[in-house]
Amino acid sequence: MPSSHDWINKPLGVVEAMFAQSNSNPEWEAKVLEYFKGQLKEKESHSWVPSLNDVPLHYLKPNSLVKFRCLVQDMFDPEFYMGVYETVDPSTKVLRCGKYKDVTECGVDLNSRNTVTAERQTFYCVPIPGESPWAKEISFLSAARVVPSTSYVPSRQKRSYEEDDDMDTQPQKTKWSLTELQSSSPHGNGDSKRQETEAPSSQTTAPSDCSSHLDLNFPLPGERGPACLVKVYEGLDSFKLNDTLEIYGILSVNPVLTVIVYPYRDPSLLLLNPTESMETPEEQRAHDPPASLVPRLHMLYARPLQHNNPLLPSAPTEDQSAFVSSFLVEMASVRAELLAYLTHVLLGDGLAAEYLLLHLISNVYTRRDVLPLGKFTLNLSGCPLNSYTERLYQIVQQLVPCSYRLSMSLHTMNSMRLVPKKDYVANRLVSGALQLARNTSLFLDETQLEQGQLDSSGVRNITALGNLISWQKVDYDFSYHQMEFPCNINVLVTSEGRSLLPSDCQVPLQPQVTPPNMEEYLTTIHMAQFTSQINKFRVYLSLARTLDYSISDEVTKAVEDDFVDMRKDDPQSVTAEDLHRMLVVARLLSLSLGQTTLSRDGWMRAKHIDMLRRSRTEQQKSLNGNEP
Amino acid sequence: VSTSPTDYHSPNTKTVDMSSPLMYGTPSSRVEGTPRSGVGGTPARQRPDLGSIRKAPQVDLHSDADGAVASEQALGQKLVIWGTDVNVGTCKEKFQRFLQRFIDPASNEDENAGLDLNEPLYMQKLEEISVVGEPVLNVNCSHVQSFDADLYRQLISYPQEVIPTFDMAVNELFFERFPDSILEHQIQVRPYNALKTRNMRSLNPEDIDQMITISGMVIRTSQLIPEMQEAFFQCQVCAFFTRVEVDRGRIAEPAVCRNCNTIHSLALIHNRSAFSDKQMIKVQESPDDMPAGQTPHTTIVYAHNDLVDKVQPGDRINITGIYRAVPMRENPRQSNVKSVYKTHIDVIHFRKTDEKRLHGLDEDSDQKLFTEERVQILKELASKPDVYDRLSSALAPSIYEHEDIKKGILLQLFGGTRKDFSQTGRGNFRAEVNILLCGDPGTSKSQLLQYVFNLVPRGQYTSGKGSSAVGLTAYVMKDPETKQLVLQTGALVLSDNGICCIDEFDKMSDSTRSVLHEVMEQQTLSIAKAGIICQLNARTSVLAAANPVESQWNPKKTTIENIQLPHTLLSRFDLIFLMLDPQDEAYDRRLAHHLVALYYQSEEQIEEEFLDMAVLKDYIAYARTYINPRLNEEASQALIEAYVDMRKIGSGRGMVSAYPRQLESLIRLAEAHAKVRFSDKVETIDVEEAKRLHREALKQSATDPRTGFVDISILTTGMSATARKRKEEVARALKKMIQSKGKTPAMKYQQLFDDLRGQSEAAITKDMFEEALRALADEDYLTVTGKTVRLL
Repeated sequence: MPSSHDWINKPLGVVEAMFAQSNSNPEWEAKVLEYFKGQLKEKESHSWVPSLNDVPLHYLKPNSLVKFRCLVQDMFDPEFYMGVYETVDPSTKVLRCGKYKDVTECGVDLNSRNTVTAERQTFYCVPIPGESPWAKEISFLSAARVVPSTSYVPSRQKRSYEEDDDMDTQPQKTKWSLTELQSSSPHGNGDSKRQETEAPSSQTTAPSDCSSHLDLNFPLPGERGPACLVKVYEGLDSFKLNDTLEIYGILSVNPVLTVIVYPYRDPSLLLLNPTESMETPEEQRAHDPPASLVPRLHMLYARPLQHNNPLLPSAPTEDQSAFVSSFLVEMASVRAELLAYLTHVLLGDGLAAEYLLLHLISNVYTRRDVLPLGKFTLNLSGCPLNSYTERLYQIVQQLVPCSYRLSMSLHTMNSMRLVPKKDYVANRLVSGALQLARNTSLFLDETQLEQGQLDSSGVRNITALGNLISWQKVDYDFSYHQMEFPCNINVLVTSEGRSLLPSDCQVPLQPQVTPPNMEEYLTTIHMAQFTSQINKFRVYLSLARTLDYSISDEVTKAVEDDFVDMRKDDPQSVTAEDLHRMLVVARLLSLSLGQTTLSRDGWMRAKHIDMLRRSRTEQQKSLNGNEP
Repeated sequence: VSTSPTDYHSPNTKTVDMSSPLMYGTPSSRVEGTPRSGVGGTPARQRPDLGSIRKAPQVDLHSDADGAVASEQALGQKLVIWGTDVNVGTCKEKFQRFLQRFIDPASNEDENAGLDLNEPLYMQKLEEISVVGEPVLNVNCSHVQSFDADLYRQLISYPQEVIPTFDMAVNELFFERFPDSILEHQIQVRPYNALKTRNMRSLNPEDIDQMITISGMVIRTSQLIPEMQEAFFQCQVCAFFTRVEVDRGRIAEPAVCRNCNTIHSLALIHNRSAFSDKQMIKVQESPDDMPAGQTPHTTIVYAHNDLVDKVQPGDRINITGIYRAVPMRENPRQSNVKSVYKTHIDVIHFRKTDEKRLHGLDEDSDQKLFTEERVQILKELASKPDVYDRLSSALAPSIYEHEDIKKGILLQLFGGTRKDFSQTGRGNFRAEVNILLCGDPGTSKSQLLQYVFNLVPRGQYTSGKGSSAVGLTAYVMKDPETKQLVLQTGALVLSDNGICCIDEFDKMSDSTRSVLHEVMEQQTLSIAKAGIICQLNARTSVLAAANPVESQWNPKKTTIENIQLPHTLLSRFDLIFLMLDPQDEAYDRRLAHHLVALYYQSEEQIEEEFLDMAVLKDYIAYARTYINPRLNEEASQALIEAYVDMRKIGSGRGMVSAYPRQLESLIRLAEAHAKVRFSDKVETIDVEEAKRLHREALKQSATDPRTGFVDISILTTGMSATARKRKEEVARALKKMIQSKGKTPAMKYQQLFDDLRGQSEAAITKDMFEEALRALADEDYLTVTGKTVRLL
């Protein structure tokens, strides 16, 4: 492990040295970026950089290089800053660089002709909403393996070692699997204990303490973690709202940044200084929160994240392709194990388990004009009541890196804000539960819905969910108009009867076993899995989603023939929509087996399971008799 | 008449900012000491929009080299304002020449209505000022540019210096011409339409202190802020008073009374100080200008004096003003300051873009700027012979076939030419094409609607199931802040000049549907609610989709019977298409091929095959803005023939098969087709295509299932002509039968029905019998009371 990492500890020194050498040749900016990119390319080097996600803020050194795994929640207006300025002291009149800094030093000569005004933009970033506890845990521990340049980690590591007694004899992997198992146990003992021990020393609770004063604007309720104002200098157009990024930047927590908002400002001040009256107190609070709560991060390098599964190499580099090809061999066997596991979870219903598996690896891989392709919303109907769905969600949560369960009770539907809305007073986008990162699993629990009246906001929420499912888009509310943001969210609806929401595919659950004690049953299934096994499932699900896929001309022909044949017998029974669905099922089925092209068998299998599913829904219909 | 430009040695040089042009003898821009009279005794008025918070470096004329040069030059005629290349004298002269000579014969702005276009435009405006007495002269920057490019460049680059010079020039000229006119204050020049028009996103540090024009939407306005321009200090001891000008938001408070030499005796007297009005306005970039996936930017704008309260939240405006950046306030106790500037725009001119829409024409408000290359690409595309087919296949490529429907929608996107017949009392002719799609569920109607909604800039998408009449039209709401009643517009008004997509049209309640009658023909919406009575423009094309009442389309029934919509509404649709599942093998095969291809083709392959959606968008926008085709002689003849032919088809069988409405539809479609070709003339080929499409649509929707003939009366009266004929026959037979019975004043209802059934060879239902009775009752031949029928 290299001992001196000036580029991590004092990145500003590097920047300034380069600026001084440059003689105000603007090329130095590109050089700086090049340098940091080069440093980060080195093997493992990115893991030396401490992460804001894992290390509490007050353990991090100000003005050091840190990384942050986050979602772009809001984009503020661009701002002009002094890129280069001259100090006011005539004896030491020097040019200084204002880039990557929030404040100027040594007084500024505002009238200097050498001042260069430059532009940057601020993004408001929050930790990835709904990130599963296991993903946080693993990324934390893997970061702790290499000692980052903070004083914090040793103590943290110590505590985690204390939890399991002999840490030296056990290899790293089993160690965190143990804590992980604890935290994931349905009773949540381990989890709550851990949080208790963490609370006093951890910064994460600080925002929640102060939440009455400062709303950190997380998309999902009950989220914690640092929010961050990221100053972006380059490539402004390449970033989009709701992108998930890993940002490397210089941490700035200068207390000067905190604007004290006086509720009753001196009106005469306001009168004479027009710049003061530009912002409402709400706006100041949203845009200039105390740096101790919302640190500033000056971006040097950002890497878009394809997924946030810490078990997988995140960058599409060589070692990823090596990783993929090594895992492909295992794919089929892992699939079989996962299917068996899901079958147990779904009370012995193999077909439903198959569909759940396909759903979990689905992904909007492209859009044809307005049509999102590859989405696969599953409606699991006939779910047993009494907290079965809750347990089911916990199991799904253990498998995917990002998830959220929305209990569709009448009260939440009427009161919850799902769609983000622009608050013009505070000039920010107030987040809603549908502002989620790509490939988040949204678990809609319709079994919680009771009879009653939806008010207007409830109707709007239901419409938003419907739009999300059918078009994979959310219309953000900008009060004078709406703006459409495409998304890529896996929606799973559990319901008693057919869901009131649209779905791509409905599977009525047919339990084969009726355990007397559901909780115990599910707990034992869950406990029976080794963590290494669960980890395999996690890798499998994330990986299957990233595979490429194609259909050969020959199979295309076969599919066409098949479709024509099916229509010949009974044109009513098979429509274009059915073909759409079967093509998606065939795609997912092939990918789930690690096959990147559709084979004839694959198509037949897809057709077969779709037939089974349809006969089941029809059977259900005739049983109920009241369905349309 | 006024101070000469070289007379810059103004009296109080002690606090003078030499860099400011305002000190170089611009009488209209600055009030010094007491408000002195300007030209012709008219008081000048301050222009806080130009210099209230300016960021001008203080220059020591003796130490700074530049300053020295300037002051030397100042003695000669070559004087320029410091930091610029503007010579006040030349600049003034040039502008006066511009005012006196500029003619724009091609002008079509509505402000110039009533002016003689061959006379100098701005001299007429000055005359107008002398009559009306409103001392504001709006100057279109593009005029300045075409007249004198150098002057224009100076205006854009140094507005703070050049505009006061313009003011001066105008006033000299004005009071020379109209020495007797009395104005409230001196004329102020307000330039607008700086060609450097940008959207908010492209503003960058280079634009600071330059004049810019941007467009956007007002989202918030502040209350009125009184801004002190001049502080009034009075000595508490000797009552001596002095005035101090506010400089960059600061007052240099005099410490010593000049009269009695008492220290710290001067107090600020608020009600004798001079204030100007000011308002903060927040503007957000309009959604059309933004790249996808980002949030809109906002900019702060300051309005001064009479521009305060000119705009309301929700207005779409074009703002011309000076872009400013101010360093964050310094705290004297801290050496470290934030390195960030605050930016805003000082408004010089507002132009509401949607207000103009209420008047009618909107060509330049919607004008999207196309680059030369883009126009070239579009024109190249237009010159291709198969452009029509290309465009229609580029429309919603994910939806299979339905070529004619896509063509219809394409023509709808282009629309006809807008014609104004209000002088002859006919009012506006509708230029928008309305289309109804009906058909089996699951034939991707919704998808087509979604596509169109995403394609057009001002589109609205509503579902008939969820929308109420109020949501479509407008409703009155109390604003929570101001407690004012505000008219909130609904989907139809919002899609003015766009397309309103209505899904599940059949599920719409009758009352909701009834509001569409007015919109779809008159293109207006009348509202009488909560004391607000108004008529809003709703020149929207309606693209509706309806499902059959029975879950499947019944080919044995007419369109009306299938979708159960009132015929009054149906006749307002230019084209009604059926989207049916054709259920034949060849079609299935092509469909399957299309769908499978959708799932495996890569992005690039698709790109090659189809036109880019962005190109299509621009193509439509360009055609809608710049192409206004008119019928040529041949085309008119062809249309007349087509109409006569259509009438003839029907008359042969004793029914009317075309109404003037159909002729209007044909004209609209032909015009739209000419627009597709970027042609200024509607020619015969356009008429041919319009005819074909119209016939195609009729064939689908207006075929009488009983006879197999196309029968327009199904759509216009809701009943096919054969059905009507049969009704008449039954009535006649009934009458004959009653007459044959001789003089019987009253008959039993049931008996009569049985008799008629016995007599007729065709089966007669009770409905038909009742209809016949009603028809006879209408003729005053009989009345029906309960179970008896009485002759009259």
